[in-house]
Amino acid sequence: MSALVGVSARRKRTDRLGRGLLLLATLIALVPLLAVLYTLIQKGGGAISTSFFTTDPNGRFFGDPGGVKSAIVGTTLMVALAAALAVPFGIGVALYMVEYGKGTRFASVVRYFVDVMTGVPSVVFGLFIYILLVVTKVGGGFTAWKGSVALALLMLPVVTRSAEVVLLLVPDALRETALALGSPRWKVILRIVLPTALPGLVTGSLLAVARAAGETAPLLFTAFGLSNTSLNLGNQMNSLPIQIFNDVQKAQDRLVERAWGAALTLVVMILVLTLVARLIQRRSSTA
Amino acid sequence: MEAGSINARGDRSVLERSPLAKLPDQATKWFLTGLAALILVIIAFFFIRLFSEAQPAFAKFGYFGFTFTDNWDVSSNIYGALPLLVGTLITATVALVIGVPVAVATALYVTELCPHRVRGPLTIMVELLAAVPSVVYGLWGVFVLIPKLRPAEQWLSDHFGFLPFVGGNVAGPSYFIAGVILAIMILPIVSAISREVMSTVPVEHKEAALALGATRWEMIRIAVLPYSRSGITGAAMLGLGRAIGETIAVTLVIGNAPAIGKTVFSQGYTLAAVVANEFNEAASVPIHRAALIAAGLVLFVLTLLVNAGARFFVARAERLGGKKGRVGAPGSAA
Repeated sequence: MSALVGVSARRKRTDRLGRGLLLLATLIALVPLLAVLYTLIQKGGGAISTSFFTTDPNGRFFGDPGGVKSAIVGTTLMVALAAALAVPFGIGVALYMVEYGKGTRFASVVRYFVDVMTGVPSVVFGLFIYILLVVTKVGGGFTAWKGSVALALLMLPVVTRSAEVVLLLVPDALRETALALGSPRWKVILRIVLPTALPGLVTGSLLAVARAAGETAPLLFTAFGLSNTSLNLGNQMNSLPIQIFNDVQKAQDRLVERAWGAALTLVVMILVLTLVARLIQRRSSTA
Repeated sequence: MEAGSINARGDRSVLERSPLAKLPDQATKWFLTGLAALILVIIAFFFIRLFSEAQPAFAKFGYFGFTFTDNWDVSSNIYGALPLLVGTLITATVALVIGVPVAVATALYVTELCPHRVRGPLTIMVELLAAVPSVVYGLWGVFVLIPKLRPAEQWLSDHFGFLPFVGGNVAGPSYFIAGVILAIMILPIVSAISREVMSTVPVEHKEAALALGATRWEMIRIAVLPYSRSGITGAAMLGLGRAIGETIAVTLVIGNAPAIGKTVFSQGYTLAAVVANEFNEAASVPIHRAALIAAGLVLFVLTLLVNAGARFFVARAERLGGKKGRVGAPGSAA
C-alpha cells in the first residue's frame, strides 16, 4: 500500500472519500445505540429506587404510581416457562436433523419450515395462541402460561437453528468411536454428543431467552396484565414489556418515568443474558 | 463353529443387541422424529386456524376486496386493509432506504478497512442494537426521536417539497419516524449477514485487485461488492421481513391513523400495528376480530414471500462462497 506510485490525484481523492464515507456510516450506525443507552441511563436511572423494585403498580392517578415488582416477577416466570418448553423441544428437533435425519428429504423440509417460523412476526404468533387457547377458554381466558406458549413458539426456531449449528460441530470421530465401542445410539447422543455441544447449546438457548424477554406483542393477546404480583401461571400476569407499553400510552409524567425505569431494568436483564451467553461461547471456543 | 451357534439366545449374532436393548434406541429415534414432525403439524395448524378465523372477514369483503380496499372504518364495521398495507410498505421502504446503506457500509468498514483491534468491539456494538427490545425503541421514539427529529423533518419537508411524497406539515408521529426506528432495528441483522457474505470473498480476488494497482476503495468496488451482491440483496430482504412484521415500536410512533397519508411525514398505520392496537376493542365484535386476524394473515403471507426471496438470494451467495452452512440461519444473527 505504501507505493501508490502512479495513482492519480483524482483516484486518491475518490479512495479517501469512499473510505471516509464508510467510516462516517459506521459512526452513524453507532449513534442510535449510544443515544438509546444514554437516555435509558439518564431517565431510567432517576426512576430506580428500592421501592421501584418492591412495590406493584397501584393504578393511582395522583401520587406515587408504584413500582414494577409484579412485572419483573411476571417476565421472569413466563420466560422461564417458555424456555422450559422451547429449549428441550428445539434441541430435540435439532438432534433429529443432525443425528437421524441427516441428508433426508424430511429433515430438509423440517429445516425449511423452521426457517419459515423464524420469519413469522411475533404479533402473528400472539394472534395464533389467542385463537387457539384464549378464545377457546382452555383453563380460563387470559393466562400467563398461554403467554409462555406464545413466547416458546417464538424461541423455538432460534433454539433449533442454533442447536443444529452447534451439533454439527461435534466431530464425527467422537460419535464413531463411541459406536465402535458398542454404545447404542441414544447413549452416544446422551453421553457424547450433548455434553460436547453443551456450551454452544447453552449460548443459543440464552440468546433465544434474551430475545423472548423483550417481546411485547405476543403477551398482549395472551397474558394480558394484572398489576398485582402473581406467582400463579394460571392467572393473568404482568410483564416488563407490557408495563412499559401501557405506561407510554398513558402519557403522564410519573408513569412515563416508571416506563423508563422499567425499560432500563429490561435492557439490563437482556444485556446480562447476552453477555453471559457470549462469555460461555468465548470460553468454550478458546478451551 | 460359527459365532452365532455359541449363542444360546437363538439365531442372533453375539454382537447383536437383544430386542429389549434395542428398544430405547428405537424409542429415541421415533421420539425425535415425532418432535420434528410436530413442527410441521404446528405450522399447518397455525395456517389453517388463522385462515378459518379470518374467514368471516374474507366472506364479507372478498379476498381482493379486503386486501385492496382503501377504507378501514371501525365505527361502521367496514374493513379494507389497503391503508395498512400501504403503511407497512412505506415504513419498510423508508427503513430499507436508510438502514441498508448504513448496514452495508458498516459491514464493509468492519471487514475491509478497520484496524484489527477495533473489529471485535465494533461488531459487538452493532449487534447490541438487536438486544434492545422493540417496546424500548418505541419508548425512545416517542420521547426522544419525535421531538428531536421534528425540526429536521420540517426543514426537509420545506426544502424538498418538489420530491414526491415530501412536503406539507410534519406530524409528530409519522411514517418517517417509524421508518427511522425500523432502520435502526434492522441494522444489526442486515449488517451481520452482509459481513458474513463479505468474509466469503476469496482473498485472491482482493489481492489481485490490489496487485493491479487498485486503491482500497476500488478494490471494494471491483472485488468485494460484485461478489457479495446477491448475499447483500438477501440480507436486505431479511431486513425487509423484519421491518414488515415489527409491531410494538411502530404502534407507538406511527400515529395509528387508518388512512393513506399524503406524504412520508403524515400519520399512518401498519398491518402489525392495527392488530396490536385494536385488538382489545375487537374482542367483542366478531367481524372486527375476523378483520384483524385477516390483517394478521395478510401480514403473514407478505413476510413468507419476502423471506422466501431472501432465502433464495442468501442461498445463492452461499453457493458462490462455497462455504456451506456459514451464511444464513437468519435466527442465529438475531
